Amino acid sequence: MKALMFGWEFPPHILGGLGTASYGLTRGMSMQHDMEITFVIPKPHGDEDQSFLKIVGACNVPVVWKDNDWEYINQRIGKTMHPDEYFWLRNGIKYNFNRIHTNDLGCIDFSGRYPDNLIEEISNYEAVASVLAHQMDFDIIHSHDWLTYPAGVFAKQISGKPLVIHVHATDFDRSRGQVNPTVYGIEKRGMDAADHIMTVSELTRRIVIEKYHQHPDKVTTVHNAVDAVPDAHTFTKTPRKDKVVTFLGRITMQKGPEYFVEAAHKVLQKTKDVRFVMAGSGDMMAAMVDLVAKRRIADKFHFTGFLKGRQVHEMLAESDVYIMPSVSEPFGISPLEAMQVGTPTIISKQSGCAEILTHAIKTDYWDIDAMADAIYAIVKNPAMHKSLQDLGRDEVNNIRWEDAGLKVRGIYDRAIHRS
Amino acid sequence: MKNICFYFQIHQPLRLKRYRFFEIGHDHYYYDDFQNEERMKTLVEQSYIPANRTILEMIRSSNGKFKCTFSISGIALEQLEQYAPEVIDSFKELAKTGSVEFLAEPYAHSISSIFDANEFELQVKMHADKIESLFGKKPTAFRNAELIYSDKIGEIVSKMGYKTMLIDEARHIMGWKSPNFVYNHSYVHKLKLLIRNSRLSDDISFRFSDQNSGNFPLTADKFIGWVKSSPENEEITNIWMGYEALGMYQKAESGIFEFLKALPYHAMEQQISFIFPTEAGKKFESAGTISCPYPISWSGHEKDLSFWTGNDLQQEALNKLYAVSERVHMCSDKPLQRDWLMLQSTDHFRYMSHRDANGTHFESPYEAFMNYMNVLADFLERVEAQYPTTIENEELNELLKTINHQEKEIESLENELQKVKAKKVKVAVEK
Repeated sequence: MKALMFGWEFPPHILGGLGTASYGLTRGMSMQHDMEITFVIPKPHGDEDQSFLKIVGACNVPVVWKDNDWEYINQRIGKTMHPDEYFWLRNGIKYNFNRIHTNDLGCIDFSGRYPDNLIEEISNYEAVASVLAHQMDFDIIHSHDWLTYPAGVFAKQISGKPLVIHVHATDFDRSRGQVNPTVYGIEKRGMDAADHIMTVSELTRRIVIEKYHQHPDKVTTVHNAVDAVPDAHTFTKTPRKDKVVTFLGRITMQKGPEYFVEAAHKVLQKTKDVRFVMAGSGDMMAAMVDLVAKRRIADKFHFTGFLKGRQVHEMLAESDVYIMPSVSEPFGISPLEAMQVGTPTIISKQSGCAEILTHAIKTDYWDIDAMADAIYAIVKNPAMHKSLQDLGRDEVNNIRWEDAGLKVRGIYDRAIHRS
Repeated sequence: MKNICFYFQIHQPLRLKRYRFFEIGHDHYYYDDFQNEERMKTLVEQSYIPANRTILEMIRSSNGKFKCTFSISGIALEQLEQYAPEVIDSFKELAKTGSVEFLAEPYAHSISSIFDANEFELQVKMHADKIESLFGKKPTAFRNAELIYSDKIGEIVSKMGYKTMLIDEARHIMGWKSPNFVYNHSYVHKLKLLIRNSRLSDDISFRFSDQNSGNFPLTADKFIGWVKSSPENEEITNIWMGYEALGMYQKAESGIFEFLKALPYHAMEQQISFIFPTEAGKKFESAGTISCPYPISWSGHEKDLSFWTGNDLQQEALNKLYAVSERVHMCSDKPLQRDWLMLQSTDHFRYMSHRDANGTHFESPYEAFMNYMNVLADFLERVEAQYPTTIENEELNELLKTINHQEKEIESLENELQKVKAKKVKVAVEK
């Protein structure tokens, strides 16, 4: 089984959860011995882990015929692609993409991020897809998130191979209902053209069915998993007098930071030996600092700014409670990460991961009372803390990408069989 | 001659309302009245009233040959008195026929038999008094909440004067033994044990209307046939279940009441009679002893206590609760005493089970635990407010004795003083 996947991010250079999920899923799928994955991303850095799949950088794929010699190509892109491959792919140019701005190799310069001309990058990605679809041999096309749907659809039209798309989020999650019509259009066209749609949670599945008018039979939930942290035991908790309750993530409307502050306020009215930490940055950070001051809890409430890499796990491990009051979260991987290092978690019922977690406390994102109550219970009751810690750790250690991969494989098989 | 012993259990806990931590110290009322009333009324309407009516009819039409036994927890009785007094009246009517026996059990349907023997005895006495005051007769046979039993519990029960106790058919205890005999305690031989026939009991309570059970439709004829077909020397078949099986789990439309009504007729035809646990304990010789070093119950496949004490949350809650038992007994505050009982129902702990939180109204075991611990925190504060915990129980006991006896002492001293004074006057007069 050969799969051609279109993605936007791949570790180690990631901007959000999409890259982590793409990595985990492909790695889980590579456990199937007959699975060959070619993963296309706009701009690889050359340090990606290619031991279990092949990475193709869209920025190295020629879309306009240019005459260059082998040596020059090797010097330019040798770090991320073999020159022979470049020449081989060049034979796949069947359309005239002169309208697109290309460099001296006939390739497009992708940013690989989320720039202002994102819509243009998305359509350029389509051009790359056409070359790959003409030249490569594959059984199925798999597109990750809306940025890559047009590429997937074009590849399907050219090759006639089935297309499955993977919905990691919809614009309804990102915008709290204020949908961007252009984005919606791209998402809708992708879903309409797909042979099957995978969503990361039932929550997202319902949105896809209700807001994008897809037939329920065409939409299947494949819950995300989490990669084992091999050095989980190296993260320790420093003994301290005060308990620590942590919010970690982008401080934006979607993540519901204000509910965390309000819950903190409630808890601090009853008990003093608890500290609250808001880690991360975002457009609502200033407003949150104001709110904390207004509630007069600034002495117990701390902002850390943006954390990355090992700092994230360290922060999680140092906490007594991790809380994610997201207003709308298609999946939400961080509670699973917190549980891996043994930190009890409180999540909103509006998070996709709530569907697969039993040993986490679930509240409505707006239910400040319930959230405060849960925080209080965990910091005051060692039995509660221990239960959530032990059973939670066991639980997440059993959520494996390998199983998600098998589910995806089943969907592939059915899609190929049908077409 | 074969006998059937029917026994029905009624218990409903006083369910706790949503109680947040910031209410600790402010709000001392813990119960969800609306939900409790609603549940009780539904049960009464669908099960208790039609079932009582059916049983009364069965007793009358069989000239008192049909007999059955009830075990109603104190908490359930209180709720019935409050929300559905007509059910109490109907039980009184049943009691008058003489064909109904009431069993003793711990008042609060508590797990105190495991955690606090003293409390257990108090509750059993309390329940027996309640039954006597309502139905005019002290119970003579005993069944524990959730049919929890161990050698130790049997010993306590026997000491309280009960000669018959009802327990469940736990495979690891019974081994090859049939439940259809009367047994006795492993070392307190005078305590007779009756064993629930799980298969036949569950055939009615769980599987009566199950079309996939293989025995569907279950008729009275067929059922009595099974009882009859047991080996010749087996003398008693114990059919025990929750009363709500009649009408609630097995709906009236399933024909459960008609099934019941037909039972006495078919039983008599096969020379099978009905019997009370107390009678059975007196009448039948023990077929052997049953040794049960570790507690068993009637729940789950394992028939152990893991549904109530199996995880850390449950252990924590139970330990915190029973730690103040002695202190609560010293308190004289009536509302505090009542809350103490209500908080002991096994149900509160069952809701904290990760494996099977049967009947829970909480979204998760954690929520059940949080809510319970908040209520308990308030309760403990009230206990503390009565007498500070800085004083040891023994010291407190002495102090309380002094306080309680001070009036008598003052009186006696005053009397003495009077006498002395009188003497003095007498002496003065004589002079």
